[in-house]
Amino acid sequence: MRHGKAEILEDRCIDCGECARVCPHNAIVAQTSSFTDFSRFKYIVALPSPVLYGQFRKDILPGTILAGLRRIGFDAACDMASATEAVSIAVDEYLSSYRGPLPLLSPFCPTVVRLIQARYPNLIDRLIPIDSPMEIAAREVRNKKTKELGLRRDEIGIMYLTPCPAKIVAIKYPPRKRMSHIDGAIGIADIYYPLLAAIADMNSDQREEQEPVRGIGLGWPVLGGQVSSLRAESCLAVGGLSDVERILEEIENGKLGDIQYVECHACPQGCCGGSLTVDNTYVTRSKILGLVARFGSAPCQDRESIRELYQETYFSLPGTIPSRPFAPLDKDIAKAIEKRKRIQETYETLPQIDCGACGAPSCLSFAEDVVLTRAKLEECPLLTPRQVGSETGV
Amino acid sequence: MAEEPLFVQRFEICGRDLVSAGKASTTVKAILREIGIHPTVIRRAAIASYEAEMNVVLYARKGTMELRVTPQDIRITVADEGDGIPDVELAMQEGYSTASEEIREMGFGAGMGLPNIKKNSDTFCIDSVPGKGTTLEIVIRP
Repeated sequence: MRHGKAEILEDRCIDCGECARVCPHNAIVAQTSSFTDFSRFKYIVALPSPVLYGQFRKDILPGTILAGLRRIGFDAACDMASATEAVSIAVDEYLSSYRGPLPLLSPFCPTVVRLIQARYPNLIDRLIPIDSPMEIAAREVRNKKTKELGLRRDEIGIMYLTPCPAKIVAIKYPPRKRMSHIDGAIGIADIYYPLLAAIADMNSDQREEQEPVRGIGLGWPVLGGQVSSLRAESCLAVGGLSDVERILEEIENGKLGDIQYVECHACPQGCCGGSLTVDNTYVTRSKILGLVARFGSAPCQDRESIRELYQETYFSLPGTIPSRPFAPLDKDIAKAIEKRKRIQETYETLPQIDCGACGAPSCLSFAEDVVLTRAKLEECPLLTPRQVGSETGV
Repeated sequence: MAEEPLFVQRFEICGRDLVSAGKASTTVKAILREIGIHPTVIRRAAIASYEAEMNVVLYARKGTMELRVTPQDIRITVADEGDGIPDVELAMQEGYSTASEEIREMGFGAGMGLPNIKKNSDTFCIDSVPGKGTTLEIVIRP
């Protein structure tokens, strides 16, 4: 915070959306697509994250929600649970044939991927190179609809209904630099009320499930949902960035080698806690678990067919993920060492209580700001003028 | 005369303290990242410092880790007060461990600590006085 305004250090932003969540003035908004952006398409498909299925009353089933989406202006609404199950089978296939160092990491939370690119580049190779459910679902629906309707591929617009801003960035700037199959995204919060009204307008006949939504991928929105859908035996599910960092540090130290797969989420409860959702995280979690209990035990895909597709590299992601380290203190190592030394010296003169009054998140951060001339030492309200004077040599 | 750029920081390591174990090597990693050291070099320094720190926590009473960074090299010196190592050559053998049952239960004590440190350093010196303690000097050149 500088002079009452939040300053984002671009090279350090990992798109977690926490800033938008905590800003008391709602000054930070995620950039999403709008219906007008999509007016260039002849046919618009809604691709809702399965988190959406947990945002309504328990008796409102996924089929009804998809019908509601068609009522608010989408030409079609595509369920993602089947693509999710297919991806879980692909992950199982990858795990069973992999022979490298363990554990492997889930690539599905874009914020965790950005965290690894920035701070744990040695673990980039542990991210499984399997495409995400939203991309697989988008690819399939576009293929299906072009055939069904005789349209060109670019005449179909696929809009992802996202629980968080990180997914929007993953669509616009995919880490491996290949194009996304999705044309844009809108936050669940942004379509919620029109959708709720449309559902309320439907009578019980119209609410009849239009297509059964089921499968072992239904649980993915909650922490641990990926792991429950896998056959692999020793897996972990970790939520919240501090806990994810702790696990990544352990993996970097050579620990956890007997774990095959770690499901990691920036949001403590998994995607159902994303910052663009409407309902309380825990209520959503309980509804998703309810759906899993009712419709999530039997598979909806033919496992053998998916395994064949996997062998044909249908789910594989080519290319590598680049590292995106934070800018070093200086491009010249000698100068960087000098700066780090001065940061430590400055830090040792500060109160070291991380009160945040200067606008920096910690005293070490503030010391860095001072040395890099982003801030002045006087901005620490707890230093006496004499202390400031002796530091700055005035 | 211009002083050679040098960064020095010391960390205290508390024996038997498994809650704070790893804090020093995590901080070393963060500092090297901020300075802009190459990730593969950071990885070596991280493994070497972590294994050295864990040895102090698991087998000694207390110790210190000193990090010295210059444009030429990264030096990590870990000195502890403890029982020391009677036979250093034996301790350097892969798989040799004096870990207790409890330590093995926690996933440590595989006997790879010292060999891993050596593998990841360019220069590695170990000096021990039984009954007094052990000092490791690790040098990694970027």
